[in-house]
Amino acid sequence: MAVSLDLLVDALVAGILLGGFYAAVTVGVTISFGMLDIANIAQPAFILLGSYAAYIVTSYVRIDPILVGFIMTPVFYVIGMVTYRLYYYAFESRGEQGIQGLAFFFGLLFVAEVSLVLVFGVDYRFVEAPYIGPSIHLWVFDLPLRMLIPCVVSLVMVGLLQLYLTRSFIGRAILAVSQDPLALQLMAASPTRIKQIAFGISIATCALAGTFLIVIQPVEPSIGRDYIGRIFAICVLGGMTSIPGMVAASMLIGIVESITATFTGPSWAPAVAFGFLLATLAVRPSGLLGRQ
Amino acid sequence: MRNGSFWIAAAGFGIAFVALSRVLFTNEYYFFAAYVVLQYIVLSTAWNILGGYTGYINFGTGAFFAIGAYSSAVLHKMPALTEAWFGIATPPIPLPVMILIGGIVSGVLGLGTGYLTLRLRGVFFAIATLALTVVVQTLIVNWDYVGGSRGIYIIRPADAPLGGGYIQYLYTLMLVLAVISVGIARTIERSRLGLGFAAIRDDELAAEAGGVPTLRLKLIATTLSGALMGMAGAPLPYYVTYLDPTSSFNLAYAVNSVAMPVIGGMTSWVGPVIGAILLGTIQQLGSVGFFLDLNIPPTFNLLIVGLLLILFVIIAPNGIVGLVTAHRRKRAGALAAVAARRAA
Repeated sequence: MAVSLDLLVDALVAGILLGGFYAAVTVGVTISFGMLDIANIAQPAFILLGSYAAYIVTSYVRIDPILVGFIMTPVFYVIGMVTYRLYYYAFESRGEQGIQGLAFFFGLLFVAEVSLVLVFGVDYRFVEAPYIGPSIHLWVFDLPLRMLIPCVVSLVMVGLLQLYLTRSFIGRAILAVSQDPLALQLMAASPTRIKQIAFGISIATCALAGTFLIVIQPVEPSIGRDYIGRIFAICVLGGMTSIPGMVAASMLIGIVESITATFTGPSWAPAVAFGFLLATLAVRPSGLLGRQ
Repeated sequence: MRNGSFWIAAAGFGIAFVALSRVLFTNEYYFFAAYVVLQYIVLSTAWNILGGYTGYINFGTGAFFAIGAYSSAVLHKMPALTEAWFGIATPPIPLPVMILIGGIVSGVLGLGTGYLTLRLRGVFFAIATLALTVVVQTLIVNWDYVGGSRGIYIIRPADAPLGGGYIQYLYTLMLVLAVISVGIARTIERSRLGLGFAAIRDDELAAEAGGVPTLRLKLIATTLSGALMGMAGAPLPYYVTYLDPTSSFNLAYAVNSVAMPVIGGMTSWVGPVIGAILLGTIQQLGSVGFFLDLNIPPTFNLLIVGLLLILFVIIAPNGIVGLVTAHRRKRAGALAAVAARRAA
């Protein structure tokens, strides 16, 4: 196959834009799974809830879908805190987070998907916005606005989260709980309360990530499953706890997926992330930038 | 009961069940429904060998199951292929052989996935299996020989080997599989292997320190569990006669095979069987509109399964079996207290 430079550059740019979006999708898991050690495999379900929230609101009110994401963020924060409370009382306080906790989140994932099917059916839903459709033409490549805007907003959000975690008091407490919960307790801070806030934040990111998703592509209830492998591949590849590492991994997966889709056809793209996940787990479980 | 006598009893039960059903099942539909319930007994028992005994969760039942189904589809097309290529007319491959081969292929998949991920914490294995379904589905969708995303039609052989309709043959095979897998599960439970599994489940680090070859035991469990799932899937093409990726990789398989052992109870072989019979029957009744008066759509069955899974995991983590043993223990305790008071 003749690999034309134009096509390669185009695929590369598309991959970077996709990677920016993946960063928004994954940052929640980096916080919950990486820092809090809560394997929230239901994250894609929360992201889809974000997409459907944007769909519902925009179908009633003429409002920008990404703005809906910002408005819904506090709501998702509360949902996250409530979920953590339930998780804490049912599993963590009994020391049973392993199997039982995983089964719990798996149940949530499934119940969310089936509920969405029951309410909205399996039709693809989409939103309308002025930036869905047009694209900016630069040199040899196109920058579709429906990808560019989510990518930029996502990177800003992830950057702010990184600032929050490294500079603010609560943020540093979250990092502390990820390193040593017992030590935090000795400093007279409640690990449970900090974890509740952190888990709330991790779910709050789903409001925006969900709106990005529905801006980028039409959604249907089972689409979330395609993201599980991707999200965790990125999280592990990025070194679990590191947000900069996670962004680098998102870009990598985005670029490789985009190049795969361009040169072998889009139906192979879902296998890329899984290949990376298996390879990372087998060869270098600490991730790209992780400490050995 | 000793292992030997358990196997004999189970075999006797299976034979009696087949004989009885031939007399009592007046409508062919009953065989269709019973097949699904039996299939879930195999799947949930297989899942429990890894999940319940060693404590490693597999969310990829759909992948193992579908691999078994698709290996049968490949074997089904094999005689036509050899005739086209070599001009030799080979006889069609009998279904029991297909089941065996489906089991081997899925077992190898289990071994491979386990080998790559089981050296890490269990969470990573769970996540890998979750993603596995998507990947295996991608492979099948891109594989034209088995129909790709369009799916493939499978024509059942004209006559069934055991007399009766072909569905009765499928049903009998699935019953045999169910008896075998339950027998295996129970044998493991009472063997050194089972003790090793339980040691891993309770404290892997301590087990490792105590000289239990943890990685090897975990690989045995994943291989065995994967193989049984593949065997459960192997007759599927002949059951549905039209095999397509969307329905054969249905998330319902993964959810049911997790929910049934969790609801039944994960620590003994009885749990998955109870869970499978209970949930399997409810779903079968629901799908034929038994609860028609309530006007429930079929998807609603799955919602109930998911909600029950969450409920049991939170309230009764040891399932129905756990509830029963707790109740018995309480009663035994109360009786002992009464006896002690009388004696005093």
